[in-house]
Amino acid sequence: MTSELLLAWISAAITFGTVIMFGSIGETLNEKCGGLNLGTPGVMMLGGIASLAGAFFYENSVSNPNPVLCVIISLLCCIIVSALAGLLYGFLTITLRANQNVTGLTLTIFGTGVANFFGGSLVKLSGGVGQINVAATSKAFKAMLPVLSDKLGVISKIFFSYGWLTYVVLIMAFAMQYFFSRTRTGLNLRAIGENPATADAAGINVTVYKYAASCIGSAIAGIGGLFYVMDYVKGTWANDSGIEALGWLAVALVIFTSWKPKNATWGAYLFGFCYWVYLYVPSGISAFLMKIFKVSKSTYMQNLYKMIPYLVTIVVLIMVSSHKKRENQAPASLGVSYFREDR
Amino acid sequence: MNKQPFIRIRKKDDRPFWQKLVIKFAFIVLALLIAALFINSVTKLNPIKVYVSMFKGAFSTKRRIWITVRDTCLLLSIAVGLTPAFRMKFWNTGAEGQILVGGLCSAALMIYLGNKIPSALLLVLMFIGSAIAGALWGLRPAYFKAKYNTNETLFTLMMNYVGIQLIEFFVDIWDKKQSHSVGIINGDTNAGWFPALFGQQYLLNVLLVAVITIAITIYLTYSKHGYEVTVTGESESTARYSGVNVPKVIIRTMLLSGALCGLAGFTEVAGISHTISVKTSGGRGFTAIIVAWLAKLNPLVMIIYSFLIVFLNKGAVQIASDFNLNEYASNIITGILLFCILASEFMTNYEIVFRHKEEQ
Repeated sequence: MTSELLLAWISAAITFGTVIMFGSIGETLNEKCGGLNLGTPGVMMLGGIASLAGAFFYENSVSNPNPVLCVIISLLCCIIVSALAGLLYGFLTITLRANQNVTGLTLTIFGTGVANFFGGSLVKLSGGVGQINVAATSKAFKAMLPVLSDKLGVISKIFFSYGWLTYVVLIMAFAMQYFFSRTRTGLNLRAIGENPATADAAGINVTVYKYAASCIGSAIAGIGGLFYVMDYVKGTWANDSGIEALGWLAVALVIFTSWKPKNATWGAYLFGFCYWVYLYVPSGISAFLMKIFKVSKSTYMQNLYKMIPYLVTIVVLIMVSSHKKRENQAPASLGVSYFREDR
Repeated sequence: MNKQPFIRIRKKDDRPFWQKLVIKFAFIVLALLIAALFINSVTKLNPIKVYVSMFKGAFSTKRRIWITVRDTCLLLSIAVGLTPAFRMKFWNTGAEGQILVGGLCSAALMIYLGNKIPSALLLVLMFIGSAIAGALWGLRPAYFKAKYNTNETLFTLMMNYVGIQLIEFFVDIWDKKQSHSVGIINGDTNAGWFPALFGQQYLLNVLLVAVITIAITIYLTYSKHGYEVTVTGESESTARYSGVNVPKVIIRTMLLSGALCGLAGFTEVAGISHTISVKTSGGRGFTAIIVAWLAKLNPLVMIIYSFLIVFLNKGAVQIASDFNLNEYASNIITGILLFCILASEFMTNYEIVFRHKEEQ
């Protein structure tokens, strides 16, 4: 493999990893507080479309969009809409005690519907023609770190040739880890995830924590959608886009990291490498496999290579569960609604 | 000091049946109102016209009625297929994948054996093959759940994507025209297609699903197996204590659940679309989870919810084409409906108590 190809692979993996790292950190926050939000793919879709819509209307209303305003507006739209989705999830599962799996799946159906509906018709609804495109905002999000991105030769290319959100998410992951393990609020939150009744008895306001975890967690996951739209696909929208599949991988990544955000910092990129490996399989191996499967074209084999991230996740799931180390297990009350009067 | 909170929630699970029914109905009406509001705000269309158009989409011609019934049955069969696993609290989110491999097996048999053996025999082989394929797809998560208590929700979910890629692989291999689509299989001879019964193309689908639904209801309610499943779902320790072989029950039940979902794939391929693609499952595996859970795993209630969702879907597709909207409107409307039904669950099981009522 040439170094050029390797560089392309690394860069694709890191961009990919950033999307699912946002998703998985948000989901981890929610799960640590006992909420299994299978609506994360839907939330990411909503975050993506909200940021796109915000940027679209702003760019269309002024002749010369200001990059800082572009970023603020689309980020704000994204966070508000995803937090609202988290609020809806929270209201249904925390206050109304609906089943978390079903609520989450519904949120995914709903979020995908809303996002694709508006993504497909935003241009038409606003009276324009053609494909939606927010070049200025996308460019603002793709802005790289100064100095580091051009002065260090190959190191710049490998580590610093990405949009600034790539580094924000890394900081967020470590901050989240610190929050869980070193702050009182984080400890309270984890206590709720393990046993809400005990936490309640200790005077922790379970409802407030759960709502906050759901809203903030969703907002963070939503930024993953924003990054996908603005950076990964460069400010456009494609229906049937990959956000949903990436969203499920983000949920899987939570398990892969055994609920520790610091592990997401490398796990996400590993998933990225696995996801893109189908483009970079060495031709020797590819030819060998083609002979085994009796396939005439190498593109046919790519379909099978694309299974790799999912298979890796499955293997990790099995390994984690077979070790039974206590610190690697899911929060004990994960997926269970809490009702004080229940015993 | 000891003031009661202004609002509080009290468990109330002894409401009479008619009250529950009224609450459910009220929430469904509420959902339709919210959906109407949404449609109106986006498109400025008269919501009543829109609902008339939806109704037409599902019922205006005899053929459309049959299609609505056919799709209801398909969704129902998946929901029924999930029921044994859900009774055991095994969260099988992998129906999509199980449907796909079931359909894949059917399509493979149609392609390789079509026109070589009698169509009736072919159909029987497809029936068996798709059930086995679905069961095998469910076996691995079940085995590891039984052995290591591996999280089955994510395992089955990941298996969906493995299934999708497997389909993509075979679609490319079977595709003759490089169009990344298999096209209608055996379009000239109809080998391996469901025959029309009494002149009705989809009657066999309906009968098949009816038989499965009744059989599963009886199996779960009256057989020893069904009892073991329920006990395992309620409490594994209780099950173990009363002499149930829990791993065996988990694996056996999941094999059954996977096989039934595989059969849904068979129905789709042989009875409806006569082709195979990643769209064969079309998200029904997820919708069916919601149907099964909302119906409290009662197959009879599942009929109602399946119908409601299919009706909304057909309706939304009709609006989309009538008023030049995009087809994803149907997902939004379905989502709104499901959120409202989820909320109605709360109202049937709890009641809200205000402070002043308490003081009297």
